[in-house]
Amino acid sequence: MSGKYHIDVEPEPARFAPVSKLNHIELNRCLGCLQCARRDCIYDVFTDRKFLPRELVDSANRLCKACMRCVQECRNRILIKALNPEYLELGNAYWTPEIITSLWNQAATGKIPVSGAGYEGPFSGEGFDDMWTDMSEIVRPTRDGIHGREYINTAIDIGRKPGRLHFKDGQLLDELPPIVSSPLPILLDLPPAARRWSAVKQAVLHAARQLKLLVFDDAPQSPDEHVFARYAPETDVGPDCPHRLFEFCLESAEPEIVRRLAARIRTLSRRRPDAIIGVAVPLEPRTQEAVLHFVDQGISVLRVYADRNGREFSKSYPRFIKEAVRAIHLALVQTGRRDCVTLLAGGGIAMAEHVAKLIACGADGAVMDEALLAALECRICRQCAAECPVALESMDAAWGAQRITNLLGAWHSQLIEVLGAMGLREIRRLRGEIGRVMFFKDLEKECFAPIFGKRKD
Amino acid sequence: MNQIQTMPSRFRNPIGKFTVHRAENCAQCGKCAAVCPHGVHAKGGDKMLRPRSHLCAGLACARAADGCVLQCPARALSVEINPVFQALGDYRWTGDLILSTWHQAATGQLPYMEMENDCGASGGGLDRIRILLPEKTSGISPDQVDLRLNLNRRGDGRPEVVIDLPIYGGGMSFGSISQNTMAARARNAEAWNTFTCTGEGGYPEALYPYDRHVITQVATGLFGVREETIQRVRMVEFKYAQGAKPGLGGHLLGDKVTAAVARMRESVAGNALFSPFPFHSVYSIEDHKKHVDWIKHVNPRALVSAKVSTPADVEMVAVGSYYAGAHVIHLDGSYGGTGAAPEIAKKNIAMPIDYAINKTHRFLAQEGIREKIVLIASGGLRTVHDIFKAIALGADGVVIGTAEIVALECLRCKNCESGRGCSRGIASTDPELAALFTADWAFQRLYNLYASFAAQLRGLLAACGLTRVTELTGRTDLLTHLDYQREQK
Ligand code: SF4
Ligand code: SF4
Ligand code: SF4
Ligand code: SF4
Repeated sequence: MSGKYHIDVEPEPARFAPVSKLNHIELNRCLGCLQCARRDCIYDVFTDRKFLPRELVDSANRLCKACMRCVQECRNRILIKALNPEYLELGNAYWTPEIITSLWNQAATGKIPVSGAGYEGPFSGEGFDDMWTDMSEIVRPTRDGIHGREYINTAIDIGRKPGRLHFKDGQLLDELPPIVSSPLPILLDLPPAARRWSAVKQAVLHAARQLKLLVFDDAPQSPDEHVFARYAPETDVGPDCPHRLFEFCLESAEPEIVRRLAARIRTLSRRRPDAIIGVAVPLEPRTQEAVLHFVDQGISVLRVYADRNGREFSKSYPRFIKEAVRAIHLALVQTGRRDCVTLLAGGGIAMAEHVAKLIACGADGAVMDEALLAALECRICRQCAAECPVALESMDAAWGAQRITNLLGAWHSQLIEVLGAMGLREIRRLRGEIGRVMFFKDLEKECFAPIFGKRKD
Repeated sequence: MNQIQTMPSRFRNPIGKFTVHRAENCAQCGKCAAVCPHGVHAKGGDKMLRPRSHLCAGLACARAADGCVLQCPARALSVEINPVFQALGDYRWTGDLILSTWHQAATGQLPYMEMENDCGASGGGLDRIRILLPEKTSGISPDQVDLRLNLNRRGDGRPEVVIDLPIYGGGMSFGSISQNTMAARARNAEAWNTFTCTGEGGYPEALYPYDRHVITQVATGLFGVREETIQRVRMVEFKYAQGAKPGLGGHLLGDKVTAAVARMRESVAGNALFSPFPFHSVYSIEDHKKHVDWIKHVNPRALVSAKVSTPADVEMVAVGSYYAGAHVIHLDGSYGGTGAAPEIAKKNIAMPIDYAINKTHRFLAQEGIREKIVLIASGGLRTVHDIFKAIALGADGVVIGTAEIVALECLRCKNCESGRGCSRGIASTDPELAALFTADWAFQRLYNLYASFAAQLRGLLAACGLTRVTELTGRTDLLTHLDYQREQK
């Protein structure tokens, strides 16, 4: 086992005032009694208050912790805290305002989100929200309390693992296939629209280097051990390709295209035994066939990708990424091929828990994309082509790298929290381990169906 | 003698669900004051005072022909939803539930305002379950209903400890909450002849007068646990895990470890305190039994409760606890909790209590030991409807925590973990903040809430034709789930 993996986080404040949940409103009859400033607000919102001319907002919006004490104590009842409509409009139904602002906070502080007073969210939901992770009270000797947590291993290997090893006189006879390790089960990628901003690219690359992670990049010129080079399927990549780690990224799982590409890679990989050559396939109903075919042809790294909200590309009943991945994982297991391949998946990975849940559904690792932009204050408005409201084009790369590092630091700690509670010491052991998770459907059937009959939907 | 007494908000400006606005063109005629049954409008001298909006009954009244809005000759009045109210609450504890709990704590009654007092808006579990009240009146008067619950059914020679209502207060440690809050909870437990629990932070002297109504908690950090604190009480609770952060230990921030807290916990002021997970001495049911035996040996009169959270095999844990000798098995579901916890844990780890209760109840019955053990549920139970549902699903009683804190005017801003703690002085040991209310005020607020809970629970049981709360356990036929179609029998 490798040594302890540690991410150095450092506070890195936002450049723009984050969109706050509440707006601070004052009716104009202030008595000047300073009750609010001197006594009520224990968070010094009034004493530290400024008007931010660039964004035209009151710092009280962002600093306020919504305890409502000033509202309830104001001597002339002129203070109001009201929901900020701009907050409610952040993101979309999948990338909710709560998720986006939490990503901003994690990127600013590097700390895992902690709060008091119990859980406040919906009972369950779509996508990743219809499952819970398990834990056990007692009889879990793998746990060492908080002292053991630091030794929970979050590393994964990318590449082919040999089925069995052959020895003679203590000497290994087999040629070991190439493999790369990533200390986190997370690979970094930028959504296509953001790839044109060089500072953003630099920030991601810089963070990847520091954290020893892999980052996808479109047909880069020079080799870099942290870069997973990406080519369009028709690109003419020969055996002299400078990269050791590259993939061909398909835009469709059409069987004919799949067959042609698989044959090409087969030839190529015979001439490049040192390289790890992968394929990316969009998630569609026929993706499973494509994956099985690629695996049969000896391709050892497969990345499947969903849309930005984690949905399959399909007009009718698009499945969510975790269901699609689970089906592929099971097909690989049933045909005895699961260990021949590293299965990566991305699209809609917005929270640390999504990484753990995706892995429990059968992926080896997750690809993080839009969340990286959120670390850079992106508002997920998806207007990148027009005008970025947080001016990502003129961002400072070093600032961005620290924000991304902070977010990954927070995610790393959160993965350790859930793994710890599950009693797992290695994230590799979580892969496809649905014994450590519970699904909404199953619990409803087991616990409610005997009482209430049949579910209506 | 304890009784309901109005105990209003300690803040100058109460928050109501509605805002009543009087426009400039008011003729000062006083008609509104005459028509409003709730005292929103009043005259001071010959001028109308600012409307006391928090008393307003709501939009339906405002639309009614005899309401102030239509009665005002100058058409100067309007009633709207208060924007501050809209900023309050969340899916579990909606703004309605927070204000409703505040109202009950202030008056001992359910609010008359238009609001949802029974369910939250989480969209699943208890929030989608409804109570099926029979259409015919049962003829039972609520006064006849017996709410008592015996916590020892083992018949093991230890005392039978009977509480007067099937509700007691959950563990909140000194350090996570103020001493005033603790003392008020204990006094309330005595008033209702039930229990409150120390949590994992020792046994402050302020609790000594209430020994008979305090549960000593023994948790993994063993903070403040001494033989003497085990011997003081009638019930000892092992906290194996807590719903809010199952599978994780406890954590008290350094800022909250004041000198007094440190003395109680036998630690150093200003240093953060961790309790590990799990008990490092317990890796099997046999180890668990050794624990239980230890407590039973130290205090030969005490009952033992095992507080566990809800993993997939929660029913096995329950059976194990029974064979280890526990009198009470306390399931703490994942959505409650008052202290600070990582959000990833609160949201994801372990199953909701809504599922765990009936699963455990059925399994204990199959094993033939259901009659021998008391099953207590907690973790996100907010209202009497929640309590009724939990018992009908199979619990014998419930533990509440957050509802008590909300009665003291917590509005779930979730800042309890930070810096000096709660700006409302509830979850804080900062001397200045903890002095924001007196133990008398807090006691009366809790007393009122319990009075409202007890009256409502009696009413529901009577309506269902039950004379004892113990008859409700497992009566799932009294429940329906809005997303299910019950098969025709
Ligand atoms: S609501 Fe609380 S935190 Fe916000 S400004 Fe008022 S007193 Fe300060
Ligand atoms: S009834 Fe109308 S006009 Fe008369 S006092 Fe009330 S608000 Fe003013
Ligand atoms: S709407 Fe009804 S309750 Fe509200 S202020 Fe008018 S009369 Fe009173
Ligand atoms: S800090 Fe906020 S959530 Fe915590 S106890 Fe105080 S009011 Fe309640």
